[in-house]
Amino acid sequence: MSTEISESRELKSTEINKYDFKTKTDAVFKARKGIDEEIVNQISDIKNEPDWMRKFRLDALKIFESKPMPEWGGDIALDFQDIFYYLKPTNEQGRSWDDVPEEIKDTFEKLGIPEAERKYLAGVKAQFESEVIYGSLKEDLANQGVIFTDTDTAVREHPELLREYFGTIIPSTDNKFAALNSAVWSGGSFIYVPKGVKIDFPLQAYFRINEENMGQFERTLIIVDEGAQVHYVEGCTAPMYTSESLHSAVVEVVVKKNGRCRYTTIQNWANNIYNLVTKRAFAYQDAVMEWVDGNLGSKLTMKYPAVYMMEPGARGEILSIAFSSAGQHQDAGAKLVHCAPNTTGTIISKSISKNGGRSSYRGLARVEEGAYNSKCSVVCDALILDPESRSDTYPYIEVAEQDVSIGHEASVSRIGEEQLFYLMSRGLSEAEASTMIVNGFIEPLIKELPMEYAVEMNRLIQLQMEGSVG
Amino acid sequence: MSDILEIKNLHVAIEGKPILRGVNLTINKGETHALMGPNGSGKSTLGLVIMGHPNYEVTEGEILLNGQNILDLDADERARLGVFMAFQRPVAIPGVKMADFLRHATTNVRHPDRKEGEDLISMREFRKEIKDKMGQLQMDSEFARRYVNDGFSGGEMKRAEILQLAMLQPKFAILDETDSGLDADAVRLASQSINEIGHNKMGLLIITHHDKLLEHNPPDFTHVILGGQIVETGGKELAAELHSQGYERIRAEHPESAAANDETETVAST
Ligand SMILES: Nc1ncnc2c1ncn2[C@@H]1O[C@H](COP(=O)(O)OP(=O)(O)OP(=O)(O)O)[C@@H](O)[C@H]1O
Ligand SMILES: [Mg+2]
Repeated sequence: MSTEISESRELKSTEINKYDFKTKTDAVFKARKGIDEEIVNQISDIKNEPDWMRKFRLDALKIFESKPMPEWGGDIALDFQDIFYYLKPTNEQGRSWDDVPEEIKDTFEKLGIPEAERKYLAGVKAQFESEVIYGSLKEDLANQGVIFTDTDTAVREHPELLREYFGTIIPSTDNKFAALNSAVWSGGSFIYVPKGVKIDFPLQAYFRINEENMGQFERTLIIVDEGAQVHYVEGCTAPMYTSESLHSAVVEVVVKKNGRCRYTTIQNWANNIYNLVTKRAFAYQDAVMEWVDGNLGSKLTMKYPAVYMMEPGARGEILSIAFSSAGQHQDAGAKLVHCAPNTTGTIISKSISKNGGRSSYRGLARVEEGAYNSKCSVVCDALILDPESRSDTYPYIEVAEQDVSIGHEASVSRIGEEQLFYLMSRGLSEAEASTMIVNGFIEPLIKELPMEYAVEMNRLIQLQMEGSVG
Repeated sequence: MSDILEIKNLHVAIEGKPILRGVNLTINKGETHALMGPNGSGKSTLGLVIMGHPNYEVTEGEILLNGQNILDLDADERARLGVFMAFQRPVAIPGVKMADFLRHATTNVRHPDRKEGEDLISMREFRKEIKDKMGQLQMDSEFARRYVNDGFSGGEMKRAEILQLAMLQPKFAILDETDSGLDADAVRLASQSINEIGHNKMGLLIITHHDKLLEHNPPDFTHVILGGQIVETGGKELAAELHSQGYERIRAEHPESAAANDETETVAST
C-alpha cells in the first residue's frame, strides 16, 4: 500500500457513463432466436468441433431442459426462446488491433482496453458477443510455455490438456445455467501457467454484449500448475436496451500444489442483463485461490464464486462487493468447501443498496468430515442508503468435523445521518459526502486491488452513486 | 468587512420537545464568547442548530450571518459561508482517510463556488499545509492516513477537530467542549493554533465546563444558558465565578429556567 496521501480517491463527477453506447456492426453469422438441438448443432458445426464436444453440448442441452428454474435467489423472468444464443461478429480473431473491424476496435478503444494493454497488462482477450475478436500475450510468457487463448482455439490446439479438466470442476449437471452454458458456450479464456512460472502483470479479458436480446455464454478454464502464479482480470459491460439480455458464464479454475491464482471481476452490466454465472476453483496442497468479485449493474446477478480446498494447507479467499440500485437485485455471495485438514477460508462481502435496490448475501461455508483443524471466517457487511432499499443475508454453515474454527459476522447499517452531517459541516455536498462514505465502506476491499483496478472500481461506484440522481 | 453572526429569539425543538426557548446572541468578528451552563441546558443544541444539523426543528426565530438568514441552508452551504463547529462527540467514518476528506473539505470551503467534480486544491500545496498544521498540534503525520475519527483516542479526536479548524479558517467557530479530553499541553497547542488563525479574524463561541481553554482565550463575554435560555451575560469574571462556585446562584435567581432545565434533563434520562 502506498504510504503517500492518496490521489486515487478523487471524486470526479463530471464523467458520463462511458459504457452505454451501441455499436453498429454486420455479423458474419447470427443464429435464429431460441434454443434447441438444431441451434446447438449449428454452433458446433460453425466451430468445426470434435465429436466429443458436440456430444458434451447435446447432453448438456438435455440436462438444461430437464432442470427446473432455481426456486431461490432472484426472480428470473426470462423467455429462453426469445434470446439469440450465438452471434459471430467477425471471421477471424485479430492478433493486432488493426486486424479487428473498425467499429469493434472503436468499441474497445472507448472502453480503454488497448490503452490498458500498453500500460500494464501481460495479455488481453476481447470478446464481442459470442466470439473472442482479439487476443495477445507477451512474447516472453509464450516462450515460457504460458497458454492464453480463447477456449474455442484451445479445443482445437490443446485438446488433451483441455479435456482433462473441462467440465470436471463444474459438471453440466451442477445447475440449470451451467447446463445451458455447456450446451451453447462460445468464447471465454483458456489459460495454462506451467510449473513455477509466475506472471507478474495481469492477464485481462473483456466481455462486451452489444446486441439486444443477446445471450453471452463464455466458458473459461484456468489451470495453474505447481508453484505457478497468475492474476486474471475480467471486465464486462453492455449498452442499455429496453428488453433483457442474458450473460451466463462458467468459469473453472484448478490451482495445483503451491500455486496461486487471483481472479478479479469488475462487471458493470447494463440494468437489463441477467447475469447468472457459475464460478468454481479447486485448490490443491498449499495452493491459494482468491476471487475478487465486483458486482455492479445488471438486472439480476446470481453468482457465488466457490473455492474447494481439496488438499491440506489449501487456502481460499473471496472478496465480494455488490452494488444494487433501482430495479436491480444482486444475489451474490461465496462458497468455501473445506475437503482436507488445515485448510483456511475467508469470505469478506460488502454490499450497498440504494434507490430501492436489493442486495442479498448468500454464502456457504462447509467443512467436510476429515477436514480437521480448518479455519473459516465469514464477514458480511451491508450498507443501505435509503429506506426504499433492502439487504438480506442467507448464510449457510455445514460442519461435519469437531476440531475446526468457524467465524461468522454480519452487519447491516444504514448510511449514518451523523456521518453525513459531519462531512457536510466541513463543506462537502450531500452527494460528495455519501459517495465518500460508500467508498470508505468498501475501502478494505479496494485496497486489495492493484492501483489501476482500484481506480476503476472507485470510478464505477461513483457512476452508480450519480446514476441515482436522474 | 466586519462579519457578524446574530441569533434572534431562537426556539428549537426535537421530536416535538422544546429545547431552546428564545436564545439571543450576537457575535462579531474578533470576539470570543464563552457559553456555559449545566449538563443538558442546550449548549450543544445551539451549536448544532447554528451549524445546520437536520434533526433539530427551528420553531421560531432566525440566525443571520452578515444579515442573511442561513436557516434554510444545508450544513455544507453554511460551512462554505465560513461557519465551523468542533464537535463534542465527533463521529467515526471508517474507510475515509483524514487527508482525502480534509482535502475535499478545504477545497470546498476555500472555493465555495466549486462545482462537484472540479479540481481539488493541489496535492503538493495541501500536503505541505496539513503537515505544518499537524506539526503545530504535535500530531504524527501518520494521522493523515488514518480513517476519520476511527479508533481515535479522546484527545486525538479533539486535536483532529482543531486541525480541521486550522485548515478551514472559518469566520465563526463553535468549539463544543474541545478542551475536555485534552491534556494541559494539548490545550495550549490548540490555543496556539487558534491564535495562528488570529483572534481578530474570527468570532469564537467556546462551550466549556473547564477554565484552561478560557485562560488561553480570555472571553470578551460569558453567557450562561439554563433550560434553553441565556439567563445571564457577563465578562470573563463570570466564567471565573461559575468555575469556582457552580450554578447555584444562577439557579436561585432564575427558578423558572432552572425548572425547565431539570425537566428536559429528566425527560431525556428516562
Ligand atoms: N438528538 C436528540 N434527541 C433527543 N434529545 C436530545 C437530542 N439532542 C439533544 N437532546 C436533549 O436536549 C437537551 C439539551 O442537550 P444538549 O446536548 O444541547 O445539552 P448540553 O448543554 O450540550 O449538555 P452537556 O453539557 O452535557 O454537553 C438534553 O435534555 C438532551 O437530552
Ligand atoms: Mg453538549
